[in-house]
Amino acid sequence: MKEFLDMGGYAVFVWPAFLITALVLGANVVAARRREAAVLADLRRRRAADRSRS
Amino acid sequence: MALASPAHAFILQVRRDLRLAARRWGEAGNPLVFFIIVITLFPLALGAEHALLQRFAPGVLWVAALLAMLLAQESVFRSDYEDGSLEQLALSPQPLSILVLAKVAAHWLLTGVPLVLLAPLAAYALYLPAEATPTLMLGLALGTLLLSLLGAIGAALTVGLHRGGVLLAILILPLAVPTLLLGTQATDMAATGLDPQGPIYWLCALLALAASLAPFGAAAALRIHLE
Amino acid sequence: MWTWLHRLASPPHFYRAAGQLTPWFGWSAGILIALGLYGGLVWAPPDNEMGDGFRIIYVHVPSAWMSLCTYTIMAVSAAIGLIWRIKLAHAVAASTAVPGASFTFLALVTGSIWGKPMWGTWWVWDARLTSELVLLFLFLGYLALRAAFDDTDRADRASAVLAIVGVINVPVIHYSVQWWATLHQGPTVTRLAAPAIDTRMLLPLLAMALGFTLYFAALLMLRVRAEVLERERRSRWVQELADGSMA
Repeated sequence: MKEFLDMGGYAVFVWPAFLITALVLGANVVAARRREAAVLADLRRRRAADRSRS
Repeated sequence: MALASPAHAFILQVRRDLRLAARRWGEAGNPLVFFIIVITLFPLALGAEHALLQRFAPGVLWVAALLAMLLAQESVFRSDYEDGSLEQLALSPQPLSILVLAKVAAHWLLTGVPLVLLAPLAAYALYLPAEATPTLMLGLALGTLLLSLLGAIGAALTVGLHRGGVLLAILILPLAVPTLLLGTQATDMAATGLDPQGPIYWLCALLALAASLAPFGAAAALRIHLE
Repeated sequence: MWTWLHRLASPPHFYRAAGQLTPWFGWSAGILIALGLYGGLVWAPPDNEMGDGFRIIYVHVPSAWMSLCTYTIMAVSAAIGLIWRIKLAHAVAASTAVPGASFTFLALVTGSIWGKPMWGTWWVWDARLTSELVLLFLFLGYLALRAAFDDTDRADRASAVLAIVGVINVPVIHYSVQWWATLHQGPTVTRLAAPAIDTRMLLPLLAMALGFTLYFAALLMLRVRAEVLERERRSRWVQELADGSMA
């Protein structure tokens, strides 16, 4: 296990590369999901405001 | 009155643009002054050592020319856009791409050609070997024309936009990379006594591609702003 | 076949279809990436030159591959939107830009991390990295141009023209940079993708490449759904959707 994590001495290069990839790809998904939710939430808020006004 | 042929319309448009530009002589000088200033910055920044400047001369000359051309690109459609003539051009029965090509040609005559003529002076100041100067001028003639065509697309996309000038540069500089690489390589080869045919022919090929496609792209981009 | 395509071009139908496809793309991407990670980090033997350090290619090459893929998809969908005036195509193009820039960024960062043990510096002006950098500028330019317009319709069309001009230039830029690199660098500089000849090294790479592609498909579905909702928010189907999900 330790050998695996050590990556033949290249650990300080290999793991950050994989980590930053996971981060960026993950962030994209999170951002996309959030945006859809935000648009829907904003819409519902406006609809509710329109209804209470009329 | 019979409809003018596209070729005739082209010539008329070029003449009109040149005549209008003649009323404001001073403006044509700005890109040239900018070019010289940028050239001057490099020895100041790098030191005046002969060998160093000579080695960097092709690159410095081309980067300075590139930046000067980009600076000038913003004006190719701006004044016509502001006074409404651009709309008239778009509404005319002539193909907009032909008129755009005419405007680019006139603009190049006013910005690119003076740059090419001024280049030997700048080349001398950077200690470029004299045998490279003809290649430099030929390369710049082709390169500045290429940049005018590419720049026209950028100008058409950003005409009337707030801070359009910087955006234009951001859009066009990546596209100008091949021109820069080919031009500097040609000049470098000439400076070391090699035959620069290869890169020069490639510049011609790229120019042919740009001349045939860029006017349509610029025309399409202009129509977006005019609707 | 055309009726199916036509129906798909309608926003509400696409919204629903995308929603159904997302889990399929997502899960298959997850499985392939998991397989690729295991294959690349554990199963593949260490490289002769770089030992275990070469394993960075398992994220670098797929990212670089996707960066080019996404730019092409962006340009093609923008062209479809411009020529046939299909609003959804513009939505797809707009949704592709940020993921594309992300892949390009990753290709640059992982390439740079690779370069440090390989060549001793965090940055080298080698052909692939320089090309990727220019591609990043193209993506950023596209995003900057979109942002400069208030009107979505104009932003769509202007960025479409830019994307089309860009995609014609990408091969020109790529080959001119490659040519430039051969002139200015000695033969000792190896191409970043060189080591993947051994099958045990190649298979995980293919798995990762395919996994990244499916990931992008899933991400695209998510982003286009959000984009479509935003653009069509005044239409009835969106209003009803907002009401319906107010349970």
